[in-house]
Amino acid sequence: MAALDSDRIGEYITEHLTYLTNKPQTSLINFTVINYDTVFFSVLLAVLFAGSFYWVARRASAGAAGGAGAAGGAPHGFQSFVELIVEWVDTQVKDVFHGNSRLIAPLALTIFCWVYLFNFMDLIPVDLLPDIAKGMGIPHLKVVPSTDLNGVFGLSLTVFILTIFYSFKMKGARGFLAELTLQPFSSKNVFLQALFVPINFMLESVTQIARPISLALRLFGNIFAGEMIFVLLALLTLVHGYATLETFGGWGLTIMQAVLTFAWEVFHLLIITIQAFIFMVLTIVYLAMAHEHH
Amino acid sequence: MHINLTLLVQMLAFAALIWFTMKFVWPMILGPMQERERRIAQGLAAADKGEEELKQARSGAESIVREARERAGAIIDQAQRRANEIIEEARTAASHEGQRALNAAQQQIELEATQAREQLRRQIGEIAVAAASKLLEREIDPRAHEALIDQFAAQI
Repeated sequence: MAALDSDRIGEYITEHLTYLTNKPQTSLINFTVINYDTVFFSVLLAVLFAGSFYWVARRASAGAAGGAGAAGGAPHGFQSFVELIVEWVDTQVKDVFHGNSRLIAPLALTIFCWVYLFNFMDLIPVDLLPDIAKGMGIPHLKVVPSTDLNGVFGLSLTVFILTIFYSFKMKGARGFLAELTLQPFSSKNVFLQALFVPINFMLESVTQIARPISLALRLFGNIFAGEMIFVLLALLTLVHGYATLETFGGWGLTIMQAVLTFAWEVFHLLIITIQAFIFMVLTIVYLAMAHEHH
Repeated sequence: MHINLTLLVQMLAFAALIWFTMKFVWPMILGPMQERERRIAQGLAAADKGEEELKQARSGAESIVREARERAGAIIDQAQRRANEIIEEARTAASHEGQRALNAAQQQIELEATQAREQLRRQIGEIAVAAASKLLEREIDPRAHEALIDQFAAQI
């Protein structure tokens, strides 16, 4: 009985960690494999974000073009909500970055909204979508793109590439290389400076490479841990199935699962927002640093 | 925990999403927002200006009313003074006129009295001559004694 239970628990957890792929992946890195579920939900959420914001944008500019008409200036409903987010992101960007950039603010908005929507998938009851998928004959489904390393590194590496690109563009090749090799150690003595260059390069490279990794893993770790808690809470009543409701203790477990899941959902709502916010702010900071001259 | 093609797809999707937001979402939301903000600021400034203008107009109107009231008071004062002056002038003129009429009347009376006295004197002279000639029973030539009669008359 105990062995059966632990088998089922292991099976359940493994199921929640398995992606819907075109073929099983054995090696750590294999670019012929693709996670259909992550791609599907990412694109779905991207379309949700872009579509709803585009709808508001069209309404807003149509209203502005309409001039002083009744619906002209005054936003309401969803438009107000979107404008609230846009203005808030704009404030965050302006707090950190004082230059002029057409990229940073839209990038920050995209990141915040997309990551928030990724994370929000975590709040959907953990078995709901996978079970529906199973009913449709799909064996595995991981619904939270930010619990996929590909998902989070896809974001952070894009940010990294943009950082390098803008650093290069704003400072030129010389400035870019100087930033990599002439700090933090520098000396007026030519010989000493020559000695410092490889040390600086190593330190600075580590700094640069650590950024996308920490950016991705921070988000991944928080959301993945959150999902695991939901999975573990689901395990409270999983083992016995409907038989749980036949015993007094079983009812206790059911109520406990409901209460704890609710509590964790509330707490996790905070975490997903904070993580999306941190991802956005760090992106702004990295790009602002790429724009600044030293 | 595997890295695979999903990573590249994710990066492409992200880049496309950034491009879309940059091109179609951000400027089209923030632009109208800033435009609206500008219009609200303008409206508030206009309201402030209007209020200021109203205050100025009100104080201007007040000063105009006060001035008009002062001027009206001054005009009434002046008119009153003028009326008094006219009455005073009329009074003096009337009293002068009365005095003059009185004087003229007195002169007339004196003149007439003098004339009457003169006539009387003359008649008395004539009566005296007539009486004398009757007494003397003789015709006295009035022409010869005219100087004498006149002298007599003057003594009366």
